[in-house]
Amino acid sequence: MTTENTEIIEEHEEKIERKLVIPGEVIVTGDDYLPGDFTRKEGKEVVSNRFGLAEVSGRVVKIIPISGVFEPRRGNTVIGRVEDVTFNGWLIDIGGPYSSFLPLAECPRFINRNDIGEFATIGDVLSAKIWNVKKGGADLTLKSRGLGKLEGGRLIRINPHKVPRVIGKEGSMINLIKDATKTEITVGQNGYIWLKGDSEGEEKAENAINLIVEESTASGLTEKVEKFLGGNK
Amino acid sequence: MNLPNINKKRIISLLKDGKRLDGRKPFEYRDIEIETGISINAEGTSRVRIGKTEVIVGVKMSTQEPYTDHEDEGTMVTSMEFSQVAGERYESGPPQMDSIEIARVVDRGIRESRFIDWKKLCIKAGEKVWSIMIDIYCINDDGDVMDASAIGAVVALRLARFPKYDKENEAVLYGEFTDDPLPLTDHVPFTMTFHKIGESLLADPNRDEEDAADSRITLSVSSGKKEKMINAMQKGGIIGITIQEMEEIITQAEKVYDKVFEEVEKKTKNLIKSK
Repeated sequence: MTTENTEIIEEHEEKIERKLVIPGEVIVTGDDYLPGDFTRKEGKEVVSNRFGLAEVSGRVVKIIPISGVFEPRRGNTVIGRVEDVTFNGWLIDIGGPYSSFLPLAECPRFINRNDIGEFATIGDVLSAKIWNVKKGGADLTLKSRGLGKLEGGRLIRINPHKVPRVIGKEGSMINLIKDATKTEITVGQNGYIWLKGDSEGEEKAENAINLIVEESTASGLTEKVEKFLGGNK
Repeated sequence: MNLPNINKKRIISLLKDGKRLDGRKPFEYRDIEIETGISINAEGTSRVRIGKTEVIVGVKMSTQEPYTDHEDEGTMVTSMEFSQVAGERYESGPPQMDSIEIARVVDRGIRESRFIDWKKLCIKAGEKVWSIMIDIYCINDDGDVMDASAIGAVVALRLARFPKYDKENEAVLYGEFTDDPLPLTDHVPFTMTFHKIGESLLADPNRDEEDAADSRITLSVSSGKKEKMINAMQKGGIIGITIQEMEEIITQAEKVYDKVFEEVEKKTKNLIKSK
């Protein structure tokens, strides 16, 4: 859900003016405006709740946050690390203040109930999908294509709000990195990224991703990344 | 985030070929950045960055009664704290084991190297001496905080100036500084921490490498005009270090010392002069 929204916004990048705001800052004043994502209304003023880019589209005012923790939403694909193994599932760290649980029943392959640590134990890395968000936590599932335990490679971590930038429009940016470094890359919506390839490729991909995160607001980002990937060959 | 198993496996397999996750060589340090003038109220301050690791060090001076067994010598107290923003693993509250250990290792390194001439910190024997307080705050932890703290402490001490002292009332006039530097010698102490992961050794680990390490050893080295001396050592972790490994560590420690010393000298020379 989040990516789709952000991608649509990015397509209209040139048309809509965006302003950097901090929490408590008044974005617009007037009865005509309606508060959207991460904003609130105080009298006639629309006030920011988060640090991010504010934009006014029609009557609705909303903010695209550029810092803060990952907020799980249903349907997000995330990457997490197993924090604990219980009798009926795994406790997974997906970053931020939320704990998440992957029940045994949501695992599509056969697992011996008496030894579920055999499939995944503390420290293992999984990619999973969020199917339910509760107060203070999320429930995960592995019942979808491409989900499961991740073997080999390395895990890196970035600010979750930069994930749309790393993926790019319809995956353009991530495919660019994949092709140039010959590395397998899985990006979780929570900002955990799994890379697998040879050591040079992984390192280069990691540096490219860090470059995107650092320069995410710069114009001509794709060219910069292309230059970076080409220049290091 | 705690260390994922796949990262540990990758670190170990890369180290066997003498490589690391970020492309460095096993004993190569990240870039060291040094800033000064962080706090106007402290007698000496510094901010040290090693890669993403960041510490702020402040030196404050006050007077106190000397200890009865060292009546004509000044005193020093070192404290260290991890800010909660340094990493997910740090919470507010009393200092934990890791920060107490860092403070003690830094303190011991400075004390045993005779970097400070304690006798010159005496105001009146048996009654009043200067007391130096070194406060270390870790702002961001990406591994190797121990070495960053030691560098920060040395830089802050070198830049520190005595506050004005009112002899009649025997009181320190805080906020007013003299131009007198602290009585320091040439025995500049730095700590070098080496980590053992599997069968390999490395220096300046990042967070994942530090978590993956089986054991570590910190050498506090100082150099006089001629040769280097090991003043103190501290070992952590449960895995032993062999004699061959220890010899390798000592050889590397000398090299690392020269590199760090050069770097610190280059970056603080102008600052010390201009102050």
